[in-house]
Amino acid sequence: MDRYTVVRALKRGDIFTRLSAVVMGLGLAGHRQIVKGIFVMLCEAAFILYMIRTGAERLMALPGLGDSAQEKVWNEAKQVYEYTQGDNSQQILLFGVVTVFVVLAFIVLWVLQMRHSYKLQRTLEEKGKVPTLIEDVKGLFDGNLHITLMTLPCLGILVFNVVPLTYMISMAFTQYSKEGDHLRLFDWNGLTQFFRVLNMQGNIGRQFWHVLSWTVVWAIFATFLNYILGMVLALLINRKETKGKAFWRFCFVLSIAVPQFVSLMVMNIMLQPNGAVNVLLRNLGVIAPSVSLPFWTDVMWARVTIIVINLWVGIPYTMLQVTGILQNIPGELYEAAKLDGAGPVKIFFSITLPYMLFVTTPYLIASFVGNINNFNIIYLLSGGGPTFVGDTAGQTDLLVTWLYKLTIDQQYYNLGAVIGILTFVIMTTVTLITYRRSVSYKNEEAFM
Amino acid sequence: MMADKDKTLIKKMDAGLAASEEGTGRSAGGQKRGQVSFRKSAVNVLVHVLLGVLAVVWLLPIVWIVLTSFRAEPGAYTGTFLPQGYTLGNYVKLFTDRNVINFPKMFMNTLIIAVFCCMISTFFVLSVSYSLSRMRFKLRKPYMNLAMVLGLFPGFMTMVAQYFILKSMGLSEGSAVRIGLIVVYSACTGLGFQIAKGHLDTIPRSIDEAAMIDGATQWQIFTKITIPLSRPIIIYTVMTSFIAPWIDFIFAKVLCRANSDQWTVAIGLWNMLQKEYIYRWYTCFAAGAVVISIPIAVLFLYMQKFYVEGVNGAVKG
Repeated sequence: MDRYTVVRALKRGDIFTRLSAVVMGLGLAGHRQIVKGIFVMLCEAAFILYMIRTGAERLMALPGLGDSAQEKVWNEAKQVYEYTQGDNSQQILLFGVVTVFVVLAFIVLWVLQMRHSYKLQRTLEEKGKVPTLIEDVKGLFDGNLHITLMTLPCLGILVFNVVPLTYMISMAFTQYSKEGDHLRLFDWNGLTQFFRVLNMQGNIGRQFWHVLSWTVVWAIFATFLNYILGMVLALLINRKETKGKAFWRFCFVLSIAVPQFVSLMVMNIMLQPNGAVNVLLRNLGVIAPSVSLPFWTDVMWARVTIIVINLWVGIPYTMLQVTGILQNIPGELYEAAKLDGAGPVKIFFSITLPYMLFVTTPYLIASFVGNINNFNIIYLLSGGGPTFVGDTAGQTDLLVTWLYKLTIDQQYYNLGAVIGILTFVIMTTVTLITYRRSVSYKNEEAFM
Repeated sequence: MMADKDKTLIKKMDAGLAASEEGTGRSAGGQKRGQVSFRKSAVNVLVHVLLGVLAVVWLLPIVWIVLTSFRAEPGAYTGTFLPQGYTLGNYVKLFTDRNVINFPKMFMNTLIIAVFCCMISTFFVLSVSYSLSRMRFKLRKPYMNLAMVLGLFPGFMTMVAQYFILKSMGLSEGSAVRIGLIVVYSACTGLGFQIAKGHLDTIPRSIDEAAMIDGATQWQIFTKITIPLSRPIIIYTVMTSFIAPWIDFIFAKVLCRANSDQWTVAIGLWNMLQKEYIYRWYTCFAAGAVVISIPIAVLFLYMQKFYVEGVNGAVKG
């Protein structure tokens, strides 16, 4: 590809190649690829038409995000107040972002067709012929099959992941929020919201650090407790002496087969003040008939309950995940340890755990990231509560659930976007640091 | 996003199942019945008791929900742990009472969405993973890196924007919501190629090369050789993408809002637990949960059989 750069195409291209910098597709049509040339020309025409009709206007509106507010105007003829349309900044921003992507796509197309024109010109000069349309189409099902296969999936990702992400990220730098009545008309706001979130003195900042610290505590507990206890369970079931291994395994696997949102909602109901668990404890005489354990109403209780329920959800997964790897630990290691007189606990901490940590670091990182983003368990169990008066975040809210509340429930879109970006930054950092420090990255040789 | 989360969980679990099965075979073979000291048998009893207690803890919520689905008394909270009377009425009501919460309609909605979703997702996942596994092109590495970076953003960040985009496309009102949900569930599945690619990587390239020498094009290799050889991973992809719409409720909730004609099963079940419905619908919720869980559990147990082959292949490769 290096032979066919845009610069060379402009310098050494013939008349068709050079002209295609202005009239796209001319270089293709002029070098005997007429259908492709016409197609590219049509693309250019469509782009120009789009830019003239709406695109340019949308791009121009992007720096200002609209300025005419919705107003009441007295209609003399009808004798009523009417609302003027006004500018909708959110739409201006969305269409602006989309237009930016359209322009980018156009630039890519321009570069590609310049290079291709030059390449065709050279091929024509050297060989006297260029691939026909039929040959090109055949190539799309052979050497260029990846283009055929990947176009649609990539388009899907672009439209429903990259564009939305860009849009949300750009939202973080605006005033888009119900505060100060900026839901319809808002402006760029620079880094104000970032400072606000990171500022420990302010109300939002205080909540942010609070939520962040609980998120980290939660992720550490959820990841490592699940990991270690799941491993212990796997070891217990797979002991030589344990009878009915398949039966035990089935008992635990059954809890995974039930859809998670169902089992979590059931747990939520069971642990309500008058839910099944309190009723059971009352009937058994463990607590007095008028007492109920404050599973969701007390901060500490709620946090512990969530971690414990997460154990219920997570341990079977870990068990299944690690069983196979546990079998692969070299038997000689255990034999040697036993000869040295090490007990089961000592063996677990000095052989099993280090070996497992070595092999499963990527799994641990993945589950840590998964726990930071564990929306279901918080949203369905505690709903983030209990919440202090005046706060937007509850005591058990994670960054993701807070993000959800801020955007969907409370319409603080800009704050939500800032939280999302910060979550991404945190996760990237954690992933990179742990991955680089992990033994399996530094030393890809075997354990020991 | 929820769907993705659940998918990865299912994937993890399947990998574990595959491995654990292997483990059982080995340890069962290695069982030796030697002399067991008193201390050892005491430990043994202790372990079995512990496992028994744990098993009860793990099964209790499931047993409870099944019992509740047959409970005759209405309401979420009753004074007794076990139901006082049993009835099939909850199941009957679930499928016949169409006035407030129209469960049969939700079931059909979800079924339609799931069928389309599963066709599109399977095509996307297979296409992407075949391209990444078998073809070499300039954007291959950048694509894989991009997929990793995009995966680190919280899924909700895109949700609001996706809603606005669907709205501007006119896919957020009336029956177009269904198309919107299909699009959202399947559009980004090209990012979840890792497991399928891992499987395709294990099919020996020499098969491709032999076919190429015989004059086969890449398309022919893809359709006539790779796809038939990847039956386990295809079934796995089909099933995970089929299950996704049944268990996602966050996006469905955002997109459907109050438009109850378009609700999926998950939103329906979720709504049954809201204040205004919970008293009359709680036992029906339990029935619905059982109805949904049984096929998913069966699919899941069935799926793992195929996935075992996939993972075993990956290990051998």
